[in-house]
Amino acid sequence: MGVALTRAAQWTAAGIGVGKLEFTPLNVTLLNSIIKFVEYVSSKHPQEAAFVFREPLEWTSKLEISAFGSDYQISKKTVVSKENIDGSALMNFVVSTGVIKVSTFNQLAKLLEIAQKERLKETQACLEANRDPIAKILGPSFATVEGEDKSMLRLLEKVKKGDEVSQAEVQMKLFLLLQQLDMQLLNTSLQKISQEVRLNPQAIKNDMQLLQSFSGEGDRTVLKSINYTSEYEFSNGCRAPPWRQVHGDICYLIIETHDTDTLYVTCSTAGVFLNGGLIKDSEDIIYDKKGDIYKDLITFLKEKSSTFAENLTRIQQNFTLQKKAPTSRKTMKTEVPTNEELDQSEKFSDYQDKNKLERKKTPPKLKIRDTKKEEPSHMHKNLEVSHQKFSKDDKIQAKDQDPKKIKQDKEKDEIITTGKYRCMASHEKKILRAGSIGSEELSDSSSESEEEQQDMDRQQESNSDLPSEYWQIQKVVKYLKGGNQTATVIALCSMKDFNLASESCQLAIRDVGGLEVLINLLDTEETKCKVGSLKILKEISKNPQIRRCLAELGGLEIMVKILDSSNKDLKCLAAETIANIARFRRARQTVRLHGGIRRLVGLLDCVPMLSANLNAEQVKDIEVARCGALALWSCSKSKKNKTAIRRSGGIPLLACLLKSTHENMLIPVVGTLQECASESSYRLAIRTENMVKDLVRNLNSESQELQMHCARAIFKCAEDEATRNLVRAHNGLGPLVKLFSKPDNKELLAAATGAVWKCAISMENVDRFKHLKIVETLIHLLVGQPEEVLINVVGALGQCARDPFIRGAIRRSGGIDPLVNLLTGTNNALLVNVTKAVGECAVDAENMSIIESLDGVRLLWSLLKKPNPDIQASAAWAICPCIENAKEAGEMVRSFVGGLELIVNLLKSDNIEVLASVCAALAKIAMDEENLAVITDHGVVPMLSSLTYTRDDTLRQHLADAVACCCKWGNNRVAFGENGAVAPLVHYLKSKNPLVHRATAEALHQLSFDPKNCITMHENGVVKLLLNLMESTDEDLQEAAAGCISNIRRLALANEKARYK
Amino acid sequence: MSRIRPLDMSRKQYQQLTDNLCKLTKRFNKHEVQCLMKVFSTLAGTFPEQRVAIGLDRNKFRNVLHTTFGMTDDMIMDRVFRAFDKDNDSYVSMREWIEGLSIFLRGTLDEKIKFCFEVFDLNGDGFISREEMFHMLKSSLIKQPTEEDPDEGVKDLVEIALKKMDYDHDNKVSYTDFEKAVKDENLLLEAFGPCLPDTKNALAFEEQAFKKSKGE
Repeated sequence: MGVALTRAAQWTAAGIGVGKLEFTPLNVTLLNSIIKFVEYVSSKHPQEAAFVFREPLEWTSKLEISAFGSDYQISKKTVVSKENIDGSALMNFVVSTGVIKVSTFNQLAKLLEIAQKERLKETQACLEANRDPIAKILGPSFATVEGEDKSMLRLLEKVKKGDEVSQAEVQMKLFLLLQQLDMQLLNTSLQKISQEVRLNPQAIKNDMQLLQSFSGEGDRTVLKSINYTSEYEFSNGCRAPPWRQVHGDICYLIIETHDTDTLYVTCSTAGVFLNGGLIKDSEDIIYDKKGDIYKDLITFLKEKSSTFAENLTRIQQNFTLQKKAPTSRKTMKTEVPTNEELDQSEKFSDYQDKNKLERKKTPPKLKIRDTKKEEPSHMHKNLEVSHQKFSKDDKIQAKDQDPKKIKQDKEKDEIITTGKYRCMASHEKKILRAGSIGSEELSDSSSESEEEQQDMDRQQESNSDLPSEYWQIQKVVKYLKGGNQTATVIALCSMKDFNLASESCQLAIRDVGGLEVLINLLDTEETKCKVGSLKILKEISKNPQIRRCLAELGGLEIMVKILDSSNKDLKCLAAETIANIARFRRARQTVRLHGGIRRLVGLLDCVPMLSANLNAEQVKDIEVARCGALALWSCSKSKKNKTAIRRSGGIPLLACLLKSTHENMLIPVVGTLQECASESSYRLAIRTENMVKDLVRNLNSESQELQMHCARAIFKCAEDEATRNLVRAHNGLGPLVKLFSKPDNKELLAAATGAVWKCAISMENVDRFKHLKIVETLIHLLVGQPEEVLINVVGALGQCARDPFIRGAIRRSGGIDPLVNLLTGTNNALLVNVTKAVGECAVDAENMSIIESLDGVRLLWSLLKKPNPDIQASAAWAICPCIENAKEAGEMVRSFVGGLELIVNLLKSDNIEVLASVCAALAKIAMDEENLAVITDHGVVPMLSSLTYTRDDTLRQHLADAVACCCKWGNNRVAFGENGAVAPLVHYLKSKNPLVHRATAEALHQLSFDPKNCITMHENGVVKLLLNLMESTDEDLQEAAAGCISNIRRLALANEKARYK
Repeated sequence: MSRIRPLDMSRKQYQQLTDNLCKLTKRFNKHEVQCLMKVFSTLAGTFPEQRVAIGLDRNKFRNVLHTTFGMTDDMIMDRVFRAFDKDNDSYVSMREWIEGLSIFLRGTLDEKIKFCFEVFDLNGDGFISREEMFHMLKSSLIKQPTEEDPDEGVKDLVEIALKKMDYDHDNKVSYTDFEKAVKDENLLLEAFGPCLPDTKNALAFEEQAFKKSKGE
């Protein structure tokens, strides 16, 4: 049902994360089918229904405890099914949180029975919480993938192999059942969907672009003009004003045809229709519908204007003819650039015109550029052209003329940007939207722009003297161009003998036009020429400039095609070359857009690596897989490519290759995994596909590079608690610490310390680290290391320092000193970690005295001034234990000039974490009466009061704490009441977090000394809530609650007394 | 079986020939040998009286090379014929046919090196000389009318090839040189002209030859 759920079900646009299923008829049908399916499985397929899911389905249920029947063991807090396997229950329901976990179809069916009328809602909740239920039921290797799905085949193989026969067979049957359901769901949803086709903004925009490029004066155009009434476009793609969008309107158009009056048209989600036209002397439109609704713009216009219909058909014919023409690369080589250049400038003038609304259009262009697919390649060609232009200039003109030209270009650019700013903006916008290029630019992690800049700089430096090889290479390229196959092969072999690693040779090949020829050779039928050409390309593509040229010349597209070849040598070479070229963003994108990722993933599929006697063919296959992994490694630096690799089913294949024992295979595989581990889906897969074990094993490898990648993968994956535990279970912590012994390899050190840092988030791991005597080593690394190492080292120390023994050890090894020194640093990430580490250390009183003597608290305090909210929060958290443990904390705090005002003003921040941390710190500060007086003067009371409406539990807890502490001064209690802080505080008692209850009860107790507050509380129903809380086992909470109630009661009694007097 | 047996041989003779040929090469199984024999018979079958006794003459064989294996260079095809025709009787016999094809279709690299060297060594003196190279590469470059010496490019190409392959610097390429060069860079196997079928043609031939008779 995976495909049906992702594709057919209508999710709300809540974005990524937990989406909501919309309550539409389609979804209801889907849900009903799924419910039927669950019941069907449990009644007709008892064996499959008893199959235990790989991971339980987990969601928040609204079921009442009383609904559960005799099949369950019901206790006060949980409901557990009596049916269980190995002692763990198949159904587990925690009453307080409402979280329910179910592990078999039997239990699911039972639950649905219990739920009765609520079954629809329960199913909905379940599916919302488990977006890909199949992955949970059968394991992540069955996760819904797009395109080819090999999971079935793998399962079949498992069945064949005979181990765990019955298990796999049941799994298989279940999988078949689920797929059947999927088909059924898709079919029903298809029927539903096909009934209602609605327009969307994108469709209209495409139509508009198409029509605009074909309209203008003249007989042969389809329209005289077509324009939007409004240039402003909302972020949802609509141009209609918001109050009209409510009615489904998308935009309004003014269309001048050749044979009718001006048409005023409304495009709405329901379709296209005529509206009342413009109101005279204003820009408003009469929105009422006049005439029929048509399904889209083209149909509408065909109906209204006969000239339109005629000309459109003619242009369509032209288009098909045009499409056939430009196929052979070789022939158009010389003519194309000029055409393209013309087209480019023409295109540009288009954009200038566009904003002025008066469009003087050139006659319709023969070139068509409407469809999505064509747009990127078109742009690409333009780039190619501009590049060719450049390289030609390089050759023809002397070097000193070059900068002049660039300067001219730049000036031109500037004029454009200043004069027609809006026009440029719209130009860019259009390009951004045209393909996926725009989003790609945003989604990339690496610092691409810098890289690009560097390349450009270098390009201009070169070309000073021509080396001796230049002429030889020119000659060889001449033979490449004008020779038959035999001559070509000889020329290729001779070219290979040049020192292809030297930059002068690489650039010489480029400058004499060798790249074009080499790429052209790839497009021939001759295997030998292709092999020879790729052998050279593979070498020279190590040069960044060459990479760029190759990509711009369209080499990647051809290489991606070669991946389909049956010749394994060719596949290897092509993949290796792609690996070299795909080091920059646009190349990676090109590979993806031409289906390269899918093909590269396909290369990974080879024989199990562990079998001993491999024949020559199998060895080749493994080599192919290695090259594929290399290419994927390069490609995996782009976010979208990571998704593409996953969707093509790359994860299980990578997991398989990870079992290899050869370093040259492992490095690219682990490299890819490490790169992809920035995505949570990969982290999950790495955990569930047992890859952690292999990663840990390879930490002991000989190769430092491999160790580095493994450590880095663990660094990224150890964000997950389960993974952290796995690393410990596979004895990975020891090897990680051992990696510290190679202090010269900074990359390795950074990766290893990072992995230790993340692993130390689990206290059990800290325990292990304690035994491994990690503290001394870490403290040793605090001095003289680059920042990326320092960040991780300090992070690790911060996590480890939560253990009291380690806190002491840090002091004993002299670690406090360097830590406090690091507080003066400038790197944001480092500062966040340092403040945390210092804060943890300050919990120990002896440590605190050292920190005090080093003036650490002042340094922490000054970090509150940093604009970065992470640092502010982290510093404020660290200040809390400092104040608590410092000897004369009050005096110390007062000694910071302007310090109190600074921290109170941080309450104006809009970052929840900052607010919570500052509240916590204020609570500590308010312990000192004099300081409390100062912060009261700085207006802490109204500020705290204004924050009380928050819904965040952490903030609520610390806020309530701060309120409780601030009550103790002057008439602050009254002030809180006047500022309306009381009523929201009462509602905190409804939260589920016991820590919030405790802090709130204390705050309410303090506030209840003021009679007016008592009245407010009473009005908000505080008594019942507090009485409930008195059941708690927390004595502080009980006491505070009781105190509060007694204050309220006393007021009531006094009141009564007064009345009877 | 009897249908594909050449008419002028008894069943027993035919069996014996098949067995002998099978022993000759390990690369083909019995069925494949029989198929190839049949292809041979069909090719040679234009003159019934000559069938097995003599075999394929030069023209017929060249025809096969051209149509089936896509070779075009006359000189190279001539040389391939000579390489097939081990006993120099101007006919490719059944035995030579099978032996030749075993290298052609399934030869190891060493065998192919040997075969190619034989082809390229035009005068059979054990060396590929400058002149021989020039002869073979003569038509490999497109002649540009503007150039003063049309052969200059070819001469240059010969020098390049010689520089690449002549390890012992005696201005000619010996078998050892050739072997070393090819092992170093496999692309040089057919350095002076295509004399082996490319993978596609070879596969097509095998498929056609072996499948046709299987169907019968």
